[in-house]
Amino acid sequence: MCNQSVGLIQRAVEETGISTVSITLVESIAKRVKPPRALLVPYRLGHPLGEPNNPTLQHAIIAETLELLQDEGTPPILKSSSQKGEFDGQN
Amino acid sequence: MASIRKIDHIIQFFMKFYRIQRYKTSPHTPLCLPLNECKVALITTAGFYLPEQVPFDSNDCSYREIPNSIQTQVLSAGHKSEAYDKRGIESDVNLAFPLDRFKELEIEGKIGSLNHRHFSFMGSITKPKSLIKRTAPEVAQMLKSDGVDVAFLTPV
Repeated sequence: MCNQSVGLIQRAVEETGISTVSITLVESIAKRVKPPRALLVPYRLGHPLGEPNNPTLQHAIIAETLELLQDEGTPPILKSSSQKGEFDGQN
Repeated sequence: MASIRKIDHIIQFFMKFYRIQRYKTSPHTPLCLPLNECKVALITTAGFYLPEQVPFDSNDCSYREIPNSIQTQVLSAGHKSEAYDKRGIESDVNLAFPLDRFKELEIEGKIGSLNHRHFSFMGSITKPKSLIKRTAPEVAQMLKSDGVDVAFLTPV
């Protein structure tokens, strides 16, 4: 699925000497494919940036993802987003 | 939380049809520049394409080049998976290809610049051999030759 494809492409880009970050929606796939740096977001498939037409939320997720570039740890770096899931508090 | 459990079931169902690659380590290119000096490129696997481009097929490992200068509203969503609700990306491309958000970051000076082109792939690829061996390395080389420092990738 999409999350695997992102990880595979990300690995190829990082291997050429470009620093990479990604968003992932599926923890189990990220743990297998091991993209160098990924932010795990609590949203349903189809919504990696949270909500459509919500630039504030989208910028918050992008900022959190870009922060992974400053992490001095050794990849794979997989961090959970601090954003709340869209279903939190509603069910 | 019931909804999240339901999503997990959907993911588990679709994963039965995918042979997920398994790696022991990650490649590592540390970022040596401040972000506000970096050239950034975006990569999406939402299958977006331009009106003049050929739509994606299922299991399609090819890619489409998306010029930085386009208006995001002209993009079509080519991803054919039934695993997700497409209404979100049909309403706002930035949900899976945040080009407008990155243009705002460029104006604000938070990133150095955006590359003149970005890349779109299909996501639901059950046989990724050609992606791994050919098309992903091709795109990586093009970004390298463009002098890109950071690639930001999004699934759908």
